[in-house]
Formats: sequence, C-alpha cells, structure tokens
Amino acid sequence: MPGPGTSAVRIVHVYPNLLGTYGDAGNAIVLCARLRLRELPCELIVVEPGQALPREGDVYLLGGGEDAKQTAAVQMMREDGALVAAAGRGAAVVGICAGYQLLGTTFLGVGGIPTEGLGLLDVTTGRLERRAVGNVLARAAAGVVGPEGEPLPDLIGFENHGGATVLGSAARPLGIMEIGVGNGVPSTTGQATEGAVQGSVFGTYLHGPALALNPALADLILSTATGPLGPIDDTLPEALRRHRRLHVLPATERAGRVRSVVKLLRRKDSAPSGASATLSGR
Amino acid sequence: MFLPGHYPDRVTTAPERTDDRLPAADRLGLRTRIALHAGRLAGGLSRRLGRGSGVVVRGRVVLALDPDALSALASGRRSVVITGTNGKSTTTRLVAAALGGSVATNSTGANMGPGIVSALDDCDARSAVLEADELHVPSVMRATRPEVVVALNLTRDQLDRTHEVSRTSQVWARAFTAQPGVVVVANAADPHVADAASSGRPIWVDPGLRWTEDASVCPRCGAVLDWSQPGAGSGTEALSRWSCRCGFAMPTPDYALTADGVRLPDGAHLAFDLRLPGEVNRGNAIFAIAAAVALGVPAEQAADRVGAVEVVDGRYATLDLDGRQAPLLLAKNPAGWAAALSMIPDDAVMAIGINARIADGTDTSWLWDVPFERLAGRVVGATGDRRDDLAVRLHYAGATPVVEADLVRLAHLLPEGPMVVAANYTAFREMRRYVEGGLNA
Repeated sequence: MPGPGTSAVRIVHVYPNLLGTYGDAGNAIVLCARLRLRELPCELIVVEPGQALPREGDVYLLGGGEDAKQTAAVQMMREDGALVAAAGRGAAVVGICAGYQLLGTTFLGVGGIPTEGLGLLDVTTGRLERRAVGNVLARAAAGVVGPEGEPLPDLIGFENHGGATVLGSAARPLGIMEIGVGNGVPSTTGQATEGAVQGSVFGTYLHGPALALNPALADLILSTATGPLGPIDDTLPEALRRHRRLHVLPATERAGRVRSVVKLLRRKDSAPSGASATLSGR
Repeated sequence: MFLPGHYPDRVTTAPERTDDRLPAADRLGLRTRIALHAGRLAGGLSRRLGRGSGVVVRGRVVLALDPDALSALASGRRSVVITGTNGKSTTTRLVAAALGGSVATNSTGANMGPGIVSALDDCDARSAVLEADELHVPSVMRATRPEVVVALNLTRDQLDRTHEVSRTSQVWARAFTAQPGVVVVANAADPHVADAASSGRPIWVDPGLRWTEDASVCPRCGAVLDWSQPGAGSGTEALSRWSCRCGFAMPTPDYALTADGVRLPDGAHLAFDLRLPGEVNRGNAIFAIAAAVALGVPAEQAADRVGAVEVVDGRYATLDLDGRQAPLLLAKNPAGWAAALSMIPDDAVMAIGINARIADGTDTSWLWDVPFERLAGRVVGATGDRRDDLAVRLHYAGATPVVEADLVRLAHLLPEGPMVVAANYTAFREMRRYVEGGLNA
C-alpha cells in the first residue's frame, strides 16, 4: 500500500451510472480533495458498467441505486472478481445505501426477491415496514476509532431507504442511533444501530455525500491506505455540521417524536375497541 | 422593474373574442359556487395576513367543500397539461402564448389541485394551459380531461419525496393508458418519458439537450442502455440516440431542434428567434410549438408568439441589489443547474441561494450531482438556508465560497464584475420578495 510521498492513492468509483442515485460522486470528490489538500497525490478511477474494475485500487466506492440497478451491479461485480479480491488483501470498500446492502450476504433485489450479495459484510437485509426518510445523527459505536485510537465524532447525514439490515457476529455497527432509523433492526443488546464495519469494509445508510458531512470518517477510510493523516482546515465542514445539529436535526427529532406518539395512540385506540367488541359479543 | 407579484393569471396576446369565453358562471352547480366563494374569502384573508399569495389556501378550501370542483371548472374547456422535472413553468407560459387569445393558466407555479382550481376560477377562457406536478398528473388528467399532455423530462429531483424516476414514469404510463384519446407531446430523448408516452398517442420531440445521468439502464428490461449511436441528420439531430438490446430505442422525432429552429413533422424547417436565454429554452419552445400545432395553431404563428415571451413568473428578470444589478435564474435540480451554469459568462460573479424546504426537497445531496467544478478558482457567493451545505460543495469543487445570509450584503462582499444570481425554488421566491421590499425585508 502506498504511504505519503509514494505513489498516488487510487480511489475507484464503481459503476456510478448504476450506483449513483443520490449525489454519491460527492464521496469520490471529497476523498480526492482531502488528499490533495495535504499535497498527497490522488488518482480517481471511474469505472462504468462494461469496463473492468482495477485490481490495484486502494478505496472502492459503491453508491446508492434502485433495485434493478443494484441487482445488475452485483452480478457484474461478481463476474469481474476484482472488488472481492481487493477486499481480501485489505483495500477499503465503502458501500452506501444500496451499495451497503449488496456488500452483505443477502438483500432484496428486483421484485423483493432475496438476492445473494458479495458477502464482504456479515449482514442481511430485509424490508422496513415504513420507508426511512430523514436526517440522521448517530454516535460512533464502541470500537469505531480513528487511525490513532481516538473516538470518531458523531455521524451526521440523511437516510432514504426501505432496507432493514441485521448484523451477524462478524460485523460491528458503525454507529448507535440518536435521531433517525439507520439499520432499523435492534442489535442483540437492544440498541438501534447504523451501518456496519468489518475490517476495512464499511457500509452505511448515510446516503449520498456522507463523507462531505463526516470528514473524520473520510480520513479514517483514507488512512487504511495512507496511515495516519495530519489535520487540515475543516472550518467549512465543521460549520455545516454545526448547522445540522442546531437548525436541521432538532426538527427531524420532533417529527420522529410526533410519529411515535401517533403510533402509540393508534395502538391504545385499537386495544379498547377490541375489548368493547368482546364485551358486546358476550 | 418587472413586478412578479403583479403577473396576471390571465395571458392575453391577441384581441379577445367572445367565443373565447365559457358561458356565465351558472354553468356551475350550487355546491361548486359556494365552495368557490368560500375559497376566495379564505384566499383574500390569507393574502391580507401576509401569508403569501393565498392561491393554494384558496384552492384547498374549495376542494375541501367540493372535491369535484376541478372537473366542474375544467368542463367545457380545451386543456393542455404540462409536466416534467424541468421547464414546466417556462413551457406552460410558452404554450399559453402559442395558443394566442385568452388562456386560463396557473402561471405562478402552484401546480397541484388547489393551485389549478384557483387559476380556473380566475379566468373563464375556453383554453386552459395547466402546469402539473409530476406525481399529480393522474388526478389532474382525470379532472381536466386534457386534449394534449406535454411530457418534458424525468430526472432526479426531490428524491426524498418522489423516491425514484422509474416510479414516476409508471405513474404517467397508467395515466396515459387511462385516457387513450389524449395526445402526448413527449421527449423522445428521455428513455423514461418515451417509455411512459408509448402507452398514449405520442408526438415525439427531440429538444436537443441530453441528460443521461438518470437514464443509464433500460426502463423496460434493466439492461445498460447504449447511448453511443449517433443520430441521423445534422446539428442537434446528430446528437446521440439511445437504444437497448431488448429492442426499445429512441423513437424518431416528429419535431427536432436544429441550430436555428425546428424541423417539423413534414420535414420542413422553421427558423425562429427566442427572447428567453439558453439552449434549454429553445428545446422548451419546440414542445410549445408542437402542442399548439396539435390544437390547430399553424406552426409559424405558434413560433412567432413563443419567440415574443420575455419573462416567466419573474425568471430571467433582473434584481436590483442596492444598486448592483443581477439577473436572477431559477434552477431546481442537477439537470436544471447544469443548464443554468452553462448560461453563466466566464467573467461573471455568481451568487447562489439554496434552501431545503418541503417544496425544494429536504435533502441537499443533489448538490453533489451539480457540476460546480465549472466554478473552480472563482469566488462564489453562498446564501439561503443551506448556504453551509453549498459552501462545503463549492470548497471541494475548488471554488472560494463567501458565506452570507443577506443577499444585498453578499452583493457588496463579492468581487466586482457582472453579477448573476441563481437559486432553487423557495430561495428564488424569497429573493424576489426580499428585493422588492416585500414581506421578508
């Protein structure tokens, strides 16, 4: 793997025409820019369907996409073989949304049919009862730390997915939910979790330009190729994170509370009406 | 200066004739008349309380009291419905102009049931030209029974609301199948539109521009589309065609944009001039010409009328920012922004306003699908509710953002030179109000 001052870090953007519904190009832009701001060379390789994936990539980025495209993409990646081989030698793989699901063992493909994923993450994905759309705040899960063991700052983003993802024993959650739905299935300890990490393979429901909002996560991914990276001026990303915390996330949290109260009231509603039906039936 | 608030819901481009008009209001039932009256009161109250134009509130009240009010109001009219992700309002204005005479139209962009109710209540013209939100096409078509539907394009926009382009395409296909008589003036270059329009009676238009980001796979079979095939002819007609191995391919256009005009279905060439700027509006113009011809207007006459349109609901108007003049552009999604950025001269200083309210879509991820790299090396103003999102995008694109909430102050902070302001939907609306010294000043 290249260290600072050696050959360029190779960022591979995988099939953006298939996996690129939500501004996913942003992650490739951010990773390369963060290397260049440190005067480290970066090579961005955009691979479209029909082209071979490079075997020597350092970071492979997989974005979001509709069901049909997701299924087409996973078939091509399996036939191509380079991505699975690269993950096997420790290259970083980052899956967002549909890209996250297809890194798992199974996901729901075209027509809701369970489809075999690439198996790089020990996760399986089914269907959420209600589509998750909204802003997300998650604190970094235990063990998710930066290249020098420092805890990662909170994860901030936006989710828009219908997937319910269960983590197996080999995968660890990336975050613990504060606001939003995330994986949508509580862990064995009852915690609501977000995303998954297994070695240098990352998956998250923070869709689109997740790394623009989470510079520390971007640097953690880059550091798998470069080793620890020095600080850069993050005034603008930090201002954006502050704006989300103060002005955007509180509204999402309020909306979520209203939804859970409505859900609770509906449940209470149905109980007495059920009881009265029994009474009148007597 | 042009005052958008004074823009009429009635567009008159020719001397009015009495047969332009519907018979008197007693054509409507009592319930509808009561609902309309209550709606006008509510709309007037809302306007006086400073809560906007009152158009939507008014329509909501009407529909609450009489859910069938829209079909009652539309009855007896010849209607055209315009829909698509980009260019709806501009094309609606162009179609209204192309028809000539008196036309009822929702020119202020209130494009769901309530806004259309208000527009039709305001004007008893026999012709109605109605902009419809993409997902409201079925309900608007059911109520208004249009003769012509213009289907412009389908690209990613507000994914938090509409989720997927292919779903919208299916919604349209069902709506067109349900009314087999309707003529669909459809974009042949957009595979999702072509798929939907094939279920109706299509008239195919090739508007020139290509946006392939949302059309990489076949809407019919899911295979990767081939965009490499050059088209026949010269100029715009030589742009790439799309095709799929399943046999689905770009239909042969009936109307095709050329370097200085349009090629008509009979093969004749018609040159036209347009007051509105940009290649994208030349494409919108030929949709309008095709729709007008479908309703019996001669193509030459339609082209002359379309060419005379100057301003659409305040778009392309000039702002006066405490002495600094700046044209104001509206762009709402990546395809629209790519078009807007292509209109910006190299020496221009740009200020960009971004909001993420319900009407804009609450997710700002789309900023990363806009080629802001074109502004690399330049100082760019960032304003609007989501100026911090924009600033990060501009920063990583290699531009230097100047972040400021107040547009007039921003105009003073930016370097000298000709200034252009571009904004997305609600930011655009606020800017207009703000510089008019209106509600937000």
